[in-house]
Amino acid sequence: MARKMKIRAFVKDGGVTVVKAILYHPMETGLRKDKATGEVIPAHFIEEVVATHNRNPVLTCDWGTAVSKNPFLSFDVSGTKAGDKIGITWTDNLGKSDSGEATIS
Amino acid sequence: MKNPRRIFLRAALASSTVAVAVSAGLLTPQTVLAAWPKKAFEAKDEKTALEAIAGSTDVIESGDVKVKTPDIAENGAVVSVTVEPNIPGAESVALLVAENPTKLAANFNFSKQSSSFITCRVKMRKSSDVTAIVKAGGKLYSGKGHVKVTLGGCGG
Repeated sequence: MARKMKIRAFVKDGGVTVVKAILYHPMETGLRKDKATGEVIPAHFIEEVVATHNRNPVLTCDWGTAVSKNPFLSFDVSGTKAGDKIGITWTDNLGKSDSGEATIS
Repeated sequence: MKNPRRIFLRAALASSTVAVAVSAGLLTPQTVLAAWPKKAFEAKDEKTALEAIAGSTDVIESGDVKVKTPDIAENGAVVSVTVEPNIPGAESVALLVAENPTKLAANFNFSKQSSSFITCRVKMRKSSDVTAIVKAGGKLYSGKGHVKVTLGGCGG
């Protein structure tokens, strides 16, 4: 998780902003085995993602283990303008979290 | 902010007593995040998952719920799914993958500012239907997409 999440947000039209984000996370299901040792790799996945527009939550996601590694998330937010802030915060099942912010362009 | 859990979480992070409790194992992160719908995500069949996440299994099939998926996914570990609810007042979208060990992949809760589409990548064990269940006005609407997976993505 060394890498910082990437967020891009741009105004499409009529105040609607498209947000695209990549969150770096291993998203282990807890079903996979380590090929070298044969031991099950413990589950480690993002449980909750909250997206905000100027600090107001606009989208909350509950994720399970079936979400891909390094999850990609795209959605739109209405009632926005260039210069507004879009923030994304996630929390995983081990209690770790990360957040990022982008300015709408 | 309407979700009191989040306020609790923030308070918990700020308060050292809770931090001590966490480190002592009295209060695991799981307990703190109790509102994460564990039961729904662990459900091995769609009905249980649906009941746990949406509170009902009465689903109306709707052509308005568009689920865009690739017809063939070479790598089941990364299948891009786009859901367009197209239903006024859509509150949430649950993504279910029929052939996965646990059916529920993700649940998205919209606000008034975000409700027209969502794109996410999911893992799929094998070829199956991807169902989106849209909750709007207390009713559930569903849309489907079928993906043929040539290489499974759940490992093991």
